[in-house]
Amino acid sequence: MPSRTEHHSPAGVGRSLPERGLLLLAVLVLLEGSVLPLGAASSPDTNHQGNVDNHNEGNVGHNVTTKKPFPVLSLDYHHIQTPFEISLWVLLASLMKLGFHLIPRLSGIVPESCLLITVGLLVGGLIKLAGEKVPPVLDSRLFFLCLLPPIILDAGYFLPIRPFMENLGTILMFAVVGTLWNAFFIGGLLYAVCQIQPSNPSSLHQLELLPCLLFGSIVSAVDPVAVLAVFEEIHINELLHILVFGESLLNDAVTVVLYHLFEEYSGVGTVTVLDGFLGVICFFVVALGGVLVGAIYGILAAFTSRFTSHTRVIEPLFVFVYSYMAYLSAEMFHLSGIMALIACGAVMRPYVEANISHKSHTTIKYFLKMWSSVSETLIFIFLGVATVDGQHDWNWTFVTVTVILCLVARVIGVVGLTYIINKFRIVKLTTKDQFIVAYGGLRGAIAFSLGFLLDNDHFPKRNMFLTAIITVIFFTVFVQGMTIKPLVELLAVKKKQEAKRSINEEIHTQFLDHLLTGIEDICGHYGHHHWKDKLNRFNKKYVKKCLIAGERSKEPQLIAFYHKMEMKQAIELVESGGGVKLPAAMPSTVSMQNIQPKKPPPAKTAERALPQLPKGREEEIRKILRSNLQRTRQRLRSYNRHTLVADPFEDGFNELLLKKQRMIELEKKIKEMSNYLTVPAAPPDSPTMCRARLASDPQTYSMKPGSDNMPSIQVDLASPQSPDSVNMLDEFKLANQQRRQEEEDQGLMMKPPSSTGGHNKSGEEDGGRDQQKLMRCLSDPGPSADEDEDEPFLP
Amino acid sequence: MGASQTRTEHQYQSLADKTGFSLEQIKNLHQRFQHLSGNEEKISRENLDSIPALANNPIKKQIIEAFFDKRNQHQEEVGFFEEIGFEQFLMVMSHFRPPTLKMTEEEKQAMRKEKLRFLFNMHDTDNDGTITLDEYRKVVEELLSKSGAIDQEAAKAIADAAMLEVASTNVPHMGPDDFYEGITFEHFEQILKGLEMESRMHIRFLGVDTTTMRCGKSTS
Repeated sequence: MPSRTEHHSPAGVGRSLPERGLLLLAVLVLLEGSVLPLGAASSPDTNHQGNVDNHNEGNVGHNVTTKKPFPVLSLDYHHIQTPFEISLWVLLASLMKLGFHLIPRLSGIVPESCLLITVGLLVGGLIKLAGEKVPPVLDSRLFFLCLLPPIILDAGYFLPIRPFMENLGTILMFAVVGTLWNAFFIGGLLYAVCQIQPSNPSSLHQLELLPCLLFGSIVSAVDPVAVLAVFEEIHINELLHILVFGESLLNDAVTVVLYHLFEEYSGVGTVTVLDGFLGVICFFVVALGGVLVGAIYGILAAFTSRFTSHTRVIEPLFVFVYSYMAYLSAEMFHLSGIMALIACGAVMRPYVEANISHKSHTTIKYFLKMWSSVSETLIFIFLGVATVDGQHDWNWTFVTVTVILCLVARVIGVVGLTYIINKFRIVKLTTKDQFIVAYGGLRGAIAFSLGFLLDNDHFPKRNMFLTAIITVIFFTVFVQGMTIKPLVELLAVKKKQEAKRSINEEIHTQFLDHLLTGIEDICGHYGHHHWKDKLNRFNKKYVKKCLIAGERSKEPQLIAFYHKMEMKQAIELVESGGGVKLPAAMPSTVSMQNIQPKKPPPAKTAERALPQLPKGREEEIRKILRSNLQRTRQRLRSYNRHTLVADPFEDGFNELLLKKQRMIELEKKIKEMSNYLTVPAAPPDSPTMCRARLASDPQTYSMKPGSDNMPSIQVDLASPQSPDSVNMLDEFKLANQQRRQEEEDQGLMMKPPSSTGGHNKSGEEDGGRDQQKLMRCLSDPGPSADEDEDEPFLP
Repeated sequence: MGASQTRTEHQYQSLADKTGFSLEQIKNLHQRFQHLSGNEEKISRENLDSIPALANNPIKKQIIEAFFDKRNQHQEEVGFFEEIGFEQFLMVMSHFRPPTLKMTEEEKQAMRKEKLRFLFNMHDTDNDGTITLDEYRKVVEELLSKSGAIDQEAAKAIADAAMLEVASTNVPHMGPDDFYEGITFEHFEQILKGLEMESRMHIRFLGVDTTTMRCGKSTS
């Protein structure tokens, strides 16, 4: 799971103590300042009433005699109240997030969620102290319709499909059976405990079975928001992460059904077998219906994205709006909105990513991260505020028994289910794994909101429920959240592998897929791989043709992966400040030449240092270059010039990537031919030299071709550099000359050195200048974080 | 009838000890073998070729060749069979058994090595102990063969890049005149370390899973 907290640590770490203190003080002052209007805003009625009265008086006064002077400056808070409040809360949340990362020690020990709840408590306390009424912030409608969807969409869109599908059986077992077990165990035992109060007839006796079961079902569901918040920081291995996270997503269907079932019938007091049976059917309808709704919207979004090649700017909007509508449609029918959202994101992603431009992809990624981050922060702060606000009914027995039962139920559930699941799994779950899965069962704001929705008339014990829920949430988030990181270290649980995915692994993953499918076919066994292969073929044959525009629909996965890698290398090359060697990702001196088999020297070893290209080769080169050029241009000219200011840096960047592409092609071509050993090797300038030289030259970048008319390659026989450090700029000249050659339609000739050093320098300057500009425009980290999400660059 | 029954079971038992399958699994596989061979004692390449489901598989040829490759029989021989019997068939299949819960680290490593060796043999068609660039190119081309009209250049470029990656990971500093001969088995192991082959390269065999059958008995 990619981390949502961007670690801009260098700035904060370097600060000294007094500066940090000042910054904290400033944050606190701002907090105080923002609290007062929040408090004042919470009592709008009195204000409004006052205004009306004034207005009336004014009218009356006006009728009589006076004419008020024209108000030059007036204050009308009421006019902008609601958006202002919302903005203040969002601003507060973001500033808090900023603040925490400036104190690295604290954010290392305490997970962010705990800190945010504490802040919420503080803010709520401050508002109460100020004497104002705390606004009912964690309104269930606000929560379910505005705060939850971005987080779930972010999770669903970037869900790692392969591990999810491979472990789907396990995840479903935990989600469905585990949650059911938790709900009934907790509800049932609570009821029993409440009934056995011997001597003092406490108020607990009034509690009936059905409300207890309802309470059990609310408090038993593992919460995706809390899980995400805590697990993101501990970086455990992919399997455990997907197990706990997948469970938290898929148990929504169970929770929805149980909640509605018990809520409906708590008034009546009994649940018959028929109702139970209907409940089971309802579960399937809710779950499968949710997935279906999500899938339909996902396909619609994919289909729409096929036609957006002329209006790239609104591509991200389609992704967001379709997903949100999927969620709302599912909620409309009381289906599982979370599952709809996950299904929508997962279904549309492969097709949408093949269709949209690279920048739209980056936009989607960053917007989703931003929204989900803000949502999560707000949720935790609101939890804190709502805790201060709520009318609490503290009952020692009830609350402590609940907390204990939650833990016990979770442990028993996980251990029991793992025993059964391990019989069917190939890669078994060890005891350590079971412990982490059990310990990672955190409760969160969904439980609170569901409790909040309860009607006070039907459930006289609502406040007690809410208190218990909040206690459980606090316990899991604070105690379990804070201790899980040291426990993971202590138990030496396998961590996430940070290694980048190599092309060898990709080749062999595909190879394995086909191999295993073949072996299964030989065995006559219609297994897992067989069906996966069938689905892939169906996808390739029919679905991709409909949903992906143009040529991309036929591109095999391996080639897409390869292009992705090339793109990434090109970006790395540019970002590393240029230089003429390949980027530091491969800190070896191995180059293409080392792996190409040596060919026998040609018969003619005449005076020239470089061979002449045969005609056939030259045709090939030209064709490849032209096709590359066309395809690259198609991909890059993706903005409507009327809506966006032309970005000269983007043009330069495009040119550079073009050239890099051509350079790679040419390098390969040239090296495949008969030997040529000494290649242009003017010693490359260090990047600082390049930048220093062009600091004074602010012209817009343009790739001027060399001043010569005759194309040439600089060959410096004096300095025997290794051939792989081909001077990139000389390749540029070669590329330029190629381009001109296409137009002029001449044969390709590479002449021995003739041009002056000055020419070379201007060529270098161009390249250097371009690098300088690119360094400036590449101040944001760019989309290089996660491999799986970058879309292939070239068609 | 009774005599042949016990003889078959005796055979099965020795096979089970050698390959690690359970008796149930061996019986099921034998049935499949009879089906494929048309009740003969041996099967040839044509028998496997005629399986309809394999027609769509891009690496069908390599898979079939792997069954007839003597190197996969763990007997230090090289070359190819023309026909194979049930025992050889089973030997090849045993490469696809899953790891059990009770395996130690060394056993898991040994299993991983065995599976990687199988893959290596599939790529190294001329049996010189290395996968050369040409052989690797062929692998990539075969992988892409069923995906429609593929630009030859793309396949070559991918193979070249992959080879470059292996070379730079394993032999980081080569002079400009050195030549990387090909991927040796050690380099192959190194480059595929991250895939955890023992957990990925397996299929569920027909019949009861080995572990549940042997609950309480010795490990398979």
